[in-house]
Amino acid sequence: MSNITAVKDSTRTYTIALVGNPNSGKTTLFNALTGSTQYVGNWPGVTVEKKEGKVKRTKEQIKIVDLPGIYSLSPYTLEEVIARDYIIEDKPDAIINIVDASNIERNLYLTTQLKEVGIPVIVALNMMDIINKRGDKINIELLEDQIGMPIVPISANKGTGINNIIAECIQSINLIEEKKDNLDIFNKEIEKCVNELDEKVKDIARDNNYNSRWLAVKLLEEDEKVIEKIKINNDVKNTINDMVQKLEKQLDNDIESIIADQRYKYIASIVKKSVKKKNQGNMSNSDKIDKIVTNRILAIPIFLVVMWVVYYVSIQTLGDYTIGWVEGGIGFLAQQVETLLISLNASDWLLSLVIDGIFGGVGAVLIYVPQIMILFFFISILEDSGYMARVAFVMDKFFRKFGLTGKSFIPMLVGSGCSVPGIMATRTLENDKDRKLTILLTPFISCGAKMPIYVMFASAFFPNNRGWVVFTIYILGIVVAILSGILLKNTVFKGESAPFVMELPPYRIPTLKGLLIHMWDRGKAFIKKAGTLIFAAVVVIWFLQSFGPSLAFIEDPAKSILASIGRFIAPIFKPLGFGDWISSVAIFTGLVAKEVVVATLGVLQGLGEVTEESVELIASIQVMFTPLKAWAFMAFNLLACPCFAAIGAMKREFNSAKWTLFAIAYQTGVAYIVAMLIYQIGRLVI
Amino acid sequence: MEKTLKDLKKGQTAIIKRINGKGGVRRRLMDMGVTKGEKVFVRKVAPLGDPIEVNLRGYELTFRKEEAERIIIEG
Repeated sequence: MSNITAVKDSTRTYTIALVGNPNSGKTTLFNALTGSTQYVGNWPGVTVEKKEGKVKRTKEQIKIVDLPGIYSLSPYTLEEVIARDYIIEDKPDAIINIVDASNIERNLYLTTQLKEVGIPVIVALNMMDIINKRGDKINIELLEDQIGMPIVPISANKGTGINNIIAECIQSINLIEEKKDNLDIFNKEIEKCVNELDEKVKDIARDNNYNSRWLAVKLLEEDEKVIEKIKINNDVKNTINDMVQKLEKQLDNDIESIIADQRYKYIASIVKKSVKKKNQGNMSNSDKIDKIVTNRILAIPIFLVVMWVVYYVSIQTLGDYTIGWVEGGIGFLAQQVETLLISLNASDWLLSLVIDGIFGGVGAVLIYVPQIMILFFFISILEDSGYMARVAFVMDKFFRKFGLTGKSFIPMLVGSGCSVPGIMATRTLENDKDRKLTILLTPFISCGAKMPIYVMFASAFFPNNRGWVVFTIYILGIVVAILSGILLKNTVFKGESAPFVMELPPYRIPTLKGLLIHMWDRGKAFIKKAGTLIFAAVVVIWFLQSFGPSLAFIEDPAKSILASIGRFIAPIFKPLGFGDWISSVAIFTGLVAKEVVVATLGVLQGLGEVTEESVELIASIQVMFTPLKAWAFMAFNLLACPCFAAIGAMKREFNSAKWTLFAIAYQTGVAYIVAMLIYQIGRLVI
Repeated sequence: MEKTLKDLKKGQTAIIKRINGKGGVRRRLMDMGVTKGEKVFVRKVAPLGDPIEVNLRGYELTFRKEEAERIIIEG
């Protein structure tokens, strides 16, 4: 290498893509390589996360792009298309292909595909600690020789071998001569066709900036996405058709199968030579755990117990205590600020904005942060340990009946605490259709913040059966979710049901570092939301509530703009039984946080700040409502569009304004119809 | 009639002949290593009767019975 290039290289920025199967330790390796320099965003137009980071401790500028976990470069799943488009079109300088050594055959399948792209590939052979523990032997040199790519044995969990990867990448990028050793994957007939086609499409490949051999294989495979994208003339088209017909006849199979078969046959032959397994017969620990966890009789009870523990710790006990602590902290802070503002002679409206508006509103959302963090910690344990995949396996048949999959259970369970983390938990669902439907249905499961509403009404009208009243409301939510699932499955989400072909990864003990990273990644998004969207919404509601139509600051909320709006929209709720302006305003303020509904009912009746069990409030509710109206009101609040925080979460996870609006409209529409049915039918019966 | 993977009972092993049908699911199965000549072992049926769990190429894979029905086996 000449001096000039050396100088140039040291100032150059390299982009390296990290590619590998799901469960291969890709996230761990990415974290080990990039540390705290990560930047998380979305791939353009989709909700799949895009992570980037800079490599620490190198003199070169190296950017690592973490691609979604994929099994193949086929164009059938969103993740595959994203990864493939990035590799083919953005052309990173090199690819680090992480391969799980303990599951080497299937992992190398992707490797054989990456090899064809024409970008230097470095194989990071992960889980070497497991291989050593098992007593298996992998002849690295022989394997390296056979697949024609440098291999770096590593253990991402233990942090060994990682430094060598980057050095190996730089070396591969700077290799002057163009290596052109194709693997002998295909048999003579296919290889001949690939070469012939390679020559024919050289121009097209150059125009599109593709590697011509890769393009030739894709065209032969009749890859829909590639054919869609490029223009091929009739001559090439006919050549391909002739080749495919001939090959299919010769090898008695369709071309897609032939190519997949040959890849796997090739891999099996090289693995046989370079990997020596010690004892194949014995049952692994993973098998032993599975024998119990997915046992015919025990599986469902174990599942329910696990879910109960997660729920009990993160929602009921520990999570609930943290709410109290944070509430206390925010209350204390608000008091200090209030004292300060008064001492500075701040005007009434400013005081009200800061204390009632910002502290009251944003605080109502922020108090859930620790609870959400704890929940995500548990979900991360379930995912990293491999149990989540078993949940999907065990519960799939049940959830499929109403258009969901086994994994939909987790978001809904979490949603019974708070819809926001519930909606965010839908990220564990791979399929877009499943994910959308689960996001849409999760808010129907009553969240903890709605509890005060039920308690208030139950205390007012059914003091001896409070538990039962609350229970029926929860059941109503579940029934509506199930019926909606069936309805939407057959209408909006009609079409071929999402295939369920899933790996059951071996059980692994999660690392604390990995768990904390997962937890923080997810919790961070919620805090950001509270600081932006929710903050703005809270200020708007505060303004409407504190100012009169003449834009003067007012003490009596009955004279506010919000009250006027309430009077205006009240007739809409007449068929539901609560067509008064106070109820309408309460529904509105419930958008900030559902527990605010109770406070609003108190404030607007001139009772000041009251709790759901206050005697005055209950007495006034008994005058304002009847038991039937109370039912309808509870049902409406249960089902209607959730609070701003949850709307924000829906928007983020749908990544589409259109879908968010549809969800809000659907939920509110269903709420309206159900509440109306309760009131109107109830009136006839009673 | 040809035998499919759906006909196998828990604990049985078979050699794959081909996968019927077209489209993404079929491709996904092949990508996961369900290819001609490969040995699969049916390890388990989920407690509710569907899906099934098989072992092939040294790892565990699960799919539904409607997918298993498309996988033709020898024998």
